[in-house]
Amino acid sequence: MQNKLHFINILGQGSGAHRKEDPDSFEYTLPAEITSIYPLTATEKLYQIQIIDPAQRNRFSFQPGQFVMLELPGIGEAPFSISSSPVRHGDLELCIRAVGNFTNFLNRVERGARVGISGPFGTSFPLEKMQGNDILLIGGGLGIVPLRSPLLAVLENRSRYGRVDIMYGAKSPAELLFTYQYEEWKRFDINLGITVDKADKSWKGRTGLITELLRERIAQASSLRENTYAIVCGPPVMFHFVCKMLTEAGLPMQKMFVSLERRMHCGRGKCCRCNIGSTYTCLDGPVFDYWSVMNLKEAI
Amino acid sequence: MIFKVFKKQELARLYELLAVNVIVGPVSRGNDRNGNPLYDFDVVYDFDELALDYTQTVHSPKRFVLPYHETLATFTTSPGGWEKHVDLNVYRPLVFFGMHACDINALNKLDLVLAQSTYPNPYYMGKRKNLFIIGIDCTPEPQCFCRSMGTDSAIHGFDLFLTDLGGKYFTEILTATAFDLLSEIKCTDPSSKELALYKHTAKEKSKRYTATVDTSDLTKILDLEFESKAWDAWGDKCLSCGTCANVCPTCYCYGVEEHVDLDLQHASKTKFLHSCNLIDFAKVAGGHNFRPTSASRLKYRYYHKHRGFVEAFEESLCVGCGRCGTACLADITPPEVIASVRGKE
Repeated sequence: MQNKLHFINILGQGSGAHRKEDPDSFEYTLPAEITSIYPLTATEKLYQIQIIDPAQRNRFSFQPGQFVMLELPGIGEAPFSISSSPVRHGDLELCIRAVGNFTNFLNRVERGARVGISGPFGTSFPLEKMQGNDILLIGGGLGIVPLRSPLLAVLENRSRYGRVDIMYGAKSPAELLFTYQYEEWKRFDINLGITVDKADKSWKGRTGLITELLRERIAQASSLRENTYAIVCGPPVMFHFVCKMLTEAGLPMQKMFVSLERRMHCGRGKCCRCNIGSTYTCLDGPVFDYWSVMNLKEAI
Repeated sequence: MIFKVFKKQELARLYELLAVNVIVGPVSRGNDRNGNPLYDFDVVYDFDELALDYTQTVHSPKRFVLPYHETLATFTTSPGGWEKHVDLNVYRPLVFFGMHACDINALNKLDLVLAQSTYPNPYYMGKRKNLFIIGIDCTPEPQCFCRSMGTDSAIHGFDLFLTDLGGKYFTEILTATAFDLLSEIKCTDPSSKELALYKHTAKEKSKRYTATVDTSDLTKILDLEFESKAWDAWGDKCLSCGTCANVCPTCYCYGVEEHVDLDLQHASKTKFLHSCNLIDFAKVAGGHNFRPTSASRLKYRYYHKHRGFVEAFEESLCVGCGRCGTACLADITPPEVIASVRGKE
């Protein structure tokens, strides 16, 4: 007599809800379509991506700061911060620089292309906690991309927040992103400071480092200890100087939020590529408060 | 736990009872250049192929639950779009005949991160839940430091565990399936003499460990010694080849690649196991590498195993099998690395 072992099928009958705890949600991609493409600079484009199924599109709900995995079948899958407002649900905007294999292919894709979206993943900026406070949004280079979602969410509920400052620095005027929206943003009673490292002939704005903008803002207040929150995103070297200045100006570490970039292959805390010590950037981040970042070796 | 004892010749009968399933076990693979026997886990078709007295396999059993290459999904493309097909690549239960305690514990640790966390990995879970594991006791090798890691005996994660008592096997039974199976061979409840012999065997085994790792306060030590020069010295030796992760029973990091078929109508998404020692592990598009030096990557590997995983799951990700040290081309072993970081030369 022989004993044939019982085969266990771990997948249920498919509830369709795809919760984080369900094994069948792991490799689940929502079919989506690129509905329009706006070139922003020579290398960055803003892609509007809509989840095709209306029910899935409405159910897709994210918080500013979260990211999605964008999949091009046969080409690859990569994580991107969401740049659109959360009220638009599954009608997403992703600002993407053509820099690697995946993004250079995406650069050649035309309107109407079918892509896959999974997510949203990761932590978000605690905008509810920030209500009633002044907000500093500080972005360097591509760092403005994850800042645009919280910015739009703040502008949509402008009366709930105090003074709002945006400080944005880029290498040159040609590399500034979302230039067509600056006037629109200013209409919401915000202070928009823009600086470039290197001006060209047509540039009439400021030249210099973003820390100078920040120094002027700090000089206008006696201390940032009360009623101020900051969101910082940029290259590693910018984190270092900006976070140090903010800390010295009295801003408590737990009121300063950063969004970190890491390599990711799954977005679900399994591939380990985004690990910083015990922390997965995809699960515990990409948004961290500065205290958590200070406590993590090699974070910034 | 329920204990039984059966005569050694009954083991072949146990094998025959399970032979209708696919059976994987330790097999002999010749000798290395020093004349020491080499072993591997592979599918076996006959009881006599099993080398149950094996010392240690070069590779861990992880490839049966985490294949080195695995197709996660396939796509069918058409001018209007594409369809994604997901297959977990698990079709039948697998019987693992003769797994040592360290490897059983390694699977238990993988369960923590791959099956019992947010976003459980179905590719792993499907294979893991369809494993019937018969554990077997071992004799500590010079590289084994499992006793230091608390993984020298397994208390869960198997169906049956056999301990050699000379002419008989002392058996720990953990599952109902295993209990039913044993009812079909001649076995008895252990006598007081056999119980005493079992305890004596366990005690004798614990005396044979030579390699040790001081794990006391290791998480704090690793934080305190993060800038230690010892890491640079080991980084200079390390070849960044990833062999350690290849043979490690608990290394699960991976990368994903997608390929378009030659007919341009199909595509596939493949997962391949990676290693944090490889240079491109943390390199992002645009060229920035978050761990550009060999030392930073080697340090990260120890930091993840002995510090990060402990913080997340209250236990280390290392089972102390010593395979990485044996396989390392630069002779880097965990007991030496940890001792030097602690400041003991």
